[in-house]
Amino acid sequence: MAGERILIAKVGLDGHDRGIKVVARILRDAGYEVIYTGLFQTPETVAAAAIDEDVDAIGLSMLSGAHMTLAPLVVDEVRKRGADIPVVLGGIVPDHDLDELHRAGIAAVLTPGATAEQIVSEIAGVLAESPAG
Amino acid sequence: MATPSNREPSNRELWEAAFSDAPVRDDDFSTMSGIPLDAVYGDDDGEFPGVYPYTRGPYASMYRSKLWTMRMFAGFGTAEDTNWRFKEIIRAGGTGLSTAFDMPTLLGIDSDHPMALGEVGRCGVAIDTLADMEDLYRGIDLGEITTSMTINSPAAVIFAMFVAQAEKAGTPRQRLGGTLQNDILKEYQAQKEFVFPPRPSMRLVRDTISFAAAEMPRWHAVSISGYHIREAGSTAVEELAFTLANGFAYVELALRAGLDVDAFAPRLSFFFNAHIDFFEEIAKYRAARRIWARWMRERYGASSPRSMQLRFHCQTAGVSLTAQQPEVNIVRTAIEALAGVLGGAQSLHTNSMDEALALPTEKAARIALRTQQVLAHETNVAHVADPLGGSHFVESLTDEIERQAEELFEKIDAMGDGSMLEGVIRGIEENWFQRRIADSAFELERKLNDGRRTTIGVNRFTEGNDDDPIELLRITGEDEARQRKRLDQVRHDRDQRAVDAALGRLRSDAADPEVNLMPALIDAVRTYASLGEIMATLEAEFGRHVEVPTI
Repeated sequence: MAGERILIAKVGLDGHDRGIKVVARILRDAGYEVIYTGLFQTPETVAAAAIDEDVDAIGLSMLSGAHMTLAPLVVDEVRKRGADIPVVLGGIVPDHDLDELHRAGIAAVLTPGATAEQIVSEIAGVLAESPAG
Repeated sequence: MATPSNREPSNRELWEAAFSDAPVRDDDFSTMSGIPLDAVYGDDDGEFPGVYPYTRGPYASMYRSKLWTMRMFAGFGTAEDTNWRFKEIIRAGGTGLSTAFDMPTLLGIDSDHPMALGEVGRCGVAIDTLADMEDLYRGIDLGEITTSMTINSPAAVIFAMFVAQAEKAGTPRQRLGGTLQNDILKEYQAQKEFVFPPRPSMRLVRDTISFAAAEMPRWHAVSISGYHIREAGSTAVEELAFTLANGFAYVELALRAGLDVDAFAPRLSFFFNAHIDFFEEIAKYRAARRIWARWMRERYGASSPRSMQLRFHCQTAGVSLTAQQPEVNIVRTAIEALAGVLGGAQSLHTNSMDEALALPTEKAARIALRTQQVLAHETNVAHVADPLGGSHFVESLTDEIERQAEELFEKIDAMGDGSMLEGVIRGIEENWFQRRIADSAFELERKLNDGRRTTIGVNRFTEGNDDDPIELLRITGEDEARQRKRLDQVRHDRDQRAVDAALGRLRSDAADPEVNLMPALIDAVRTYASLGEIMATLEAEFGRHVEVPTI
């Protein structure tokens, strides 16, 4: 796993960045190379950065309720560019949205209360299943 | 007050004089078994509420005169939807309104902007033009109920819309009571909903403070907010110290604009978090009041007691809520709310149990309000002011929090070469605040992961996590389409030449940093110029803030 690269991103207008920064440090401590896009990204800028940086996975953080619109768009933009990088979503995501998110190609969803251990094992699982990995 | 002329009155005598002037609620101030209760307990020469340095409360009578305002934050969908929710809150016994805006509004863009996709009406109400503001408060007497608006980067524009709609509905601006959050500094530090760079943003804050000081005697132009700093991960001490430092920065800003300290300081108010560490929170509020009073008197030369009396709104900690076993959140919120009340909050919002999962349902929001009503009307905790004052533990914790906060002030003051305003701006520009907050957030996370901190349902007592889920609010994409249609209609119906002229004047006023922008903003919103159009006009002059991403 050492050296695997993960792009973490804030898409849209949501400025809540506590969670994403904590997750970034957790992943870094677990041995991943972590790249953070900063705030206010679009699905296009995230997909482009993921490909430029040749990452193995993308992590999105969304706490504003826009995940049903924006998270699938990130998957679409990645695929449009001919890549198959797995996209993991973290944030305030109601259970009733999970099926639709999985159908839209989101590889995993992490919700409030996920422990460091769960985050790392979820990411490791996603990377193991990834065709790119 | 009759005291022998050869001695100063004791603190108790000062308190008695102030208390005897205060109205008292019609209530039975005794315990369940009939033991009568004094309004406050303490040594004659100790600290008293309503007496400098106000550690024990800003007012002598505290909740004996008036219970805290149960101010429930609400807003979702279109302005009409939120107007309906407001009227529900008033019917259910809420005594103040608090408005949540959606993300596009918070960032000053219109509902039809490409970046607004998926965000319209999600986290709050969507406001594009004065027409939405008219829908939002329709049928609500704004001269009677007080209104608070949680808005920062575009605060001056939303404030202009609020004043314009109230006046159109027949309430003159002098009668409007309420609070504009308008605390831009904590946006750069913690909440991250910024638009313009710090300096032009501070000019807008200055303009709203000056405008309110001159024309709106019941209005609080800035609510200096630690809530978001804490939610972003700071410790209680950092929340307190950064918030008060920001407060000092606004004071220096207004002094620089030539205002007299006692002309604006009485209407600065604060907004703190009520987190789960019960006694530390109470000590935090007590330390905040003492520090504010001393700094206002000694450093900024205030002479009016109201300039020294820190008043605050309080909200229970959103980050303390869990998605697991969400009903347990009712208990957390009740304990946090009790800390706010024992700490002497002037108003309180209690979070709903489902907020780690979604926006609250009506039922969850009602239980949250009922939690406050239980505290207010069943427990008798509001009978005695600062009931924990004099506890060796709480007094010692208050002193220690104060001491640690003073250490942080020294650092910030040194960063600004003797100016808190410059120190805070420099700290933002150098990512000092942001880094400290992220470090504290990570440290707390580490304690949770190591099992040194317990969160029920997360790292202990997880049986029941897989029980049937509670019912959640579902928001559809229909609101977004409805709101866009509404904006199209307003753009079609308005006089475009009037809009262009008003925006032209706004641009030229913005170019001169000495001009107060409020009159040009009020004129512009009256033409139904949209929030996005007005913000873009200002951005052309002010530029845009970009944060350097750091982990």
